[in-house]
Amino acid sequence: MSDLLKFDLLSASIALKNKEFSSLELTNAYFEAIEQTSALGAYLEILKDRSMDMAKASDKNIKNGTARPLEGLPIGVKDMFCTKDVKTTASSKILENFYPTYESTVTQNLWDDGAVMLGKLSCDEFAMGSSNETAAKGNVVNPWLKNRKMSPGGSSGGSASAVAARSALAATGTDTGGSIRQPAAFCGITGLKPTYGRCSRWGIVAFSSSLDQAGPLTRTVSDAALMLNSMAGHDKKDSTSANLEMPDLMNYLDKGIRGKKIGIPKEYTQDGISDDIVSFYEKSINWLKDSGAEIVPVSLPHTKYALPVYYIIAPAEASSNLARYDGVRYGKRNEAASLDEMYETTRGNGFGDEVKRRIMIGTYVLSSGYYDAYYLKAQKVRRLIKEDFDNVFEEVDYILTPSTPTTSFELGKKQDPLTMYLNDIFTVPASLAGLPGISLPVGLDKSGLPIGIQLIANSFDEPGLISTARVLERSAEFNFIADGAAK
Amino acid sequence: MNESINLKPGQINGETGIWEMVIGLEIHAQISSKSKLFSGAAASFGAEANSNVSLVDAAMPGMLPVINEFCVEQAVKTGLALNAKINNVSIFDRKNYFYADLPQGYQISQFTKPIVGEGEIIIDLDDGLQTIIGIERLHLEQDAGKSLHDQHPSKSYIDLNRTGVALMEIVSKPDIRSPQEAGAYVKKIRSILRYVGACDGNMEEGSLRADCNVSVRKSGEEFGTRCEIKNLNSVRFIIQAIQSEAERQVEILEEGGNINQETRLFDTSTGETRSMRSKEDAHDYRYFPDPDLLPLEFSDSWVQKIRETLPELPDLLKKRLVNDFGITPYDASILVEEKDYVDFYQKAANGKDGKLTANWMITELFGALKKENISLSNSPISPEKLGQLIALISDGTISGKIAKDVFAEMMKSKKSPSNIVKEKGLEQVSDDTEILKLIDKVISENEDKVKDYLGGKDKLFGFFVGQVMKLSQGKANPGIVNKLLKEKL
Repeated sequence: MSDLLKFDLLSASIALKNKEFSSLELTNAYFEAIEQTSALGAYLEILKDRSMDMAKASDKNIKNGTARPLEGLPIGVKDMFCTKDVKTTASSKILENFYPTYESTVTQNLWDDGAVMLGKLSCDEFAMGSSNETAAKGNVVNPWLKNRKMSPGGSSGGSASAVAARSALAATGTDTGGSIRQPAAFCGITGLKPTYGRCSRWGIVAFSSSLDQAGPLTRTVSDAALMLNSMAGHDKKDSTSANLEMPDLMNYLDKGIRGKKIGIPKEYTQDGISDDIVSFYEKSINWLKDSGAEIVPVSLPHTKYALPVYYIIAPAEASSNLARYDGVRYGKRNEAASLDEMYETTRGNGFGDEVKRRIMIGTYVLSSGYYDAYYLKAQKVRRLIKEDFDNVFEEVDYILTPSTPTTSFELGKKQDPLTMYLNDIFTVPASLAGLPGISLPVGLDKSGLPIGIQLIANSFDEPGLISTARVLERSAEFNFIADGAAK
Repeated sequence: MNESINLKPGQINGETGIWEMVIGLEIHAQISSKSKLFSGAAASFGAEANSNVSLVDAAMPGMLPVINEFCVEQAVKTGLALNAKINNVSIFDRKNYFYADLPQGYQISQFTKPIVGEGEIIIDLDDGLQTIIGIERLHLEQDAGKSLHDQHPSKSYIDLNRTGVALMEIVSKPDIRSPQEAGAYVKKIRSILRYVGACDGNMEEGSLRADCNVSVRKSGEEFGTRCEIKNLNSVRFIIQAIQSEAERQVEILEEGGNINQETRLFDTSTGETRSMRSKEDAHDYRYFPDPDLLPLEFSDSWVQKIRETLPELPDLLKKRLVNDFGITPYDASILVEEKDYVDFYQKAANGKDGKLTANWMITELFGALKKENISLSNSPISPEKLGQLIALISDGTISGKIAKDVFAEMMKSKKSPSNIVKEKGLEQVSDDTEILKLIDKVISENEDKVKDYLGGKDKLFGFFVGQVMKLSQGKANPGIVNKLLKEKL
């Protein structure tokens, strides 16, 4: 194993500044790792020349003493982010040859802070999925128990797989209902979904506009803090982006949680949750208690409606957001005799089954005669779910839950869509409420697969989320490396 | 049919009796904004195809709309000018449908919570009467692009320049009862829009278009089923289309048929409407709040600030013109139709005979400009020069008849009226001895007629006046001619 791969984002950034090695050396090590782990299928685009140029420029900055916060650190980008002159497909056939002429705000922020772009990472098609199996270019494999070909989770499956396999120092993800946190949990890494509005959505291929939020997938909580520092910020080009300064999260790594109250919602311990996860959930509660937090049982009574509400609102917005993929101006077009036929064949061939399913559900719930019963009611219940959290945050500072009801599952064992949707049962409520959440690995189950625990904070309390997650991280001492990771 | 019935405008005399029309209008007014409603692309007219298209307009992946505050201000201004309720919180919705000139696959509009609510305006009719028409709402929305179907034998061309341009849709209540009222309503809305500067009102360039909802009923009955005539771009077509559509509906109903609720197009070549799509084929637009945009919110004090920027609006201005210049309400209503007109008039009438100025402006100047097809802003006669002409008439320097010649010369040469009068020696002759000389000449040349006149043929007096005026080449002061002739005869 290349020694350089041992460094995480934060330690690598310090080592680069201390000139222990160069960004070019580090970036090269990652390209070797990408090659070594190519069977995992995490990368859709590998940008060797470009990243070498970026690394050289970073080395110059480091030499000149003008290093920026992420100077010279090689990272991967989920294919939902539009990247200038770099193919951006959202893992869909319908965008198979799309080269944006613009760079998303979040990725631009990362490059402006000195990060080096390794390439584009696979995901579920249009971020719709929880196993990365809906990607047009095929499955991504979880580096854990690599011979069994486990799912990395989704939709940020490529990002999670690459970070766990050490073929990216860190990666960007997007989370709509759990798409950062669930794959992070499946791959034994840290995934942070910020408060809705914290990161600009400008230039991110839209799935569900009221839920989509970019965030980091990293090896550690500190890395997540370092990366989110750069990703976040107000953007005039996104009307829903919060005009709110985010404090430097690196100042909150070691604040501790003494005197803080941690809510344990009774609705999150249900049938169907694996014993190993329950056991690590209990351990996590005790770790926080031992670190000086007060544990408070709480109730979020509308939790059981979160999943159905999500599967009305997200497809409704998606059905409208995806209408622009019509083969007229960009992307794949299937020629036909009439305009309607052209739409039908282009969209029929361009979209995969899961995307079509959600477009149909979304179109249905918005249709006249069904709107009130589905979309409008879902919006009302969404408000109730948000109020549940508001009430609980009157009593407690953070909420602790499992990230997922099960650990990763084998790829290709076709699950019906409903079972698949249950993967997001613990992550969806915070998404609907727009709250920040983080999943971090706390242990392995009996078969050796990572278990993730989720912390949820109140809106815009990313600093407290980081402090609390750090306490849990230190207690859990999760030092395992995936067997499929680069060596 | 009973030919003797005196029909009011908007009534149709059918076999079964008199029908009346019920009309509601949706006016789409393009906001006079340099950039589009949600993007920075230019909104100018006549640019090369697809040259004013931003990434947002082309609906590139990941692009997001950002509201243009100027357009919001214009909508509020217009709402205030329509005496309407301003909604401090309004919401943008997506109206979803597929079409090649709608890149997003949805139009951003306002459905349940528009920026402006109910209001009303007064319209002026040709007979000098006024009536009130209710406004249902005004909302902001994006325009779609343009499909060009005649450029290629099998393909359509798409121009996205218009895509995303800001429109205000102003919806009337079904208060309109005749094509003439509809025409007056559109003119009034256009005039208000121009006063507040929210829209240039240019119907030829498509800045103002109307959809007309038309139904017919017997007086006192419930509203009938309506048809919507789409996209009319002149007052004349609006009047024609409504008349023809109402007649079509009456014919169907009198034959025992039913009106199908549908969308129709007006064929300008035949002067008739034809079906575009029936209610069954109507889109299900699946409106829902646009999650890319926050609700539009503003404070009362912000609205108040906008209110303070409003110019004097036509209705109040009209009252003021009647009071200050002593003109008739009818003349005043013509003058306030356009801000240009009233500005011109106020300059011309400043310190002059207001009534005379109004007559000259409306009859002579508008007539001459119309004949030459020149707009008032390009008039060869400036307001100041028209005022000078009025002054020359009022102080007796020239007669009204001579003034017409001077006016014609002014149109041609752009010279000032006093110069023309001087150059051509057109001053009115009011000197008694001069005029007496002319009278003597006329009398001596027409002795037989003098005898007849004295013998009782009073009507011949006009003949003598005419002869004297003719002899003076029209310059003699007609009042003095009259007076002296009477004495002399």
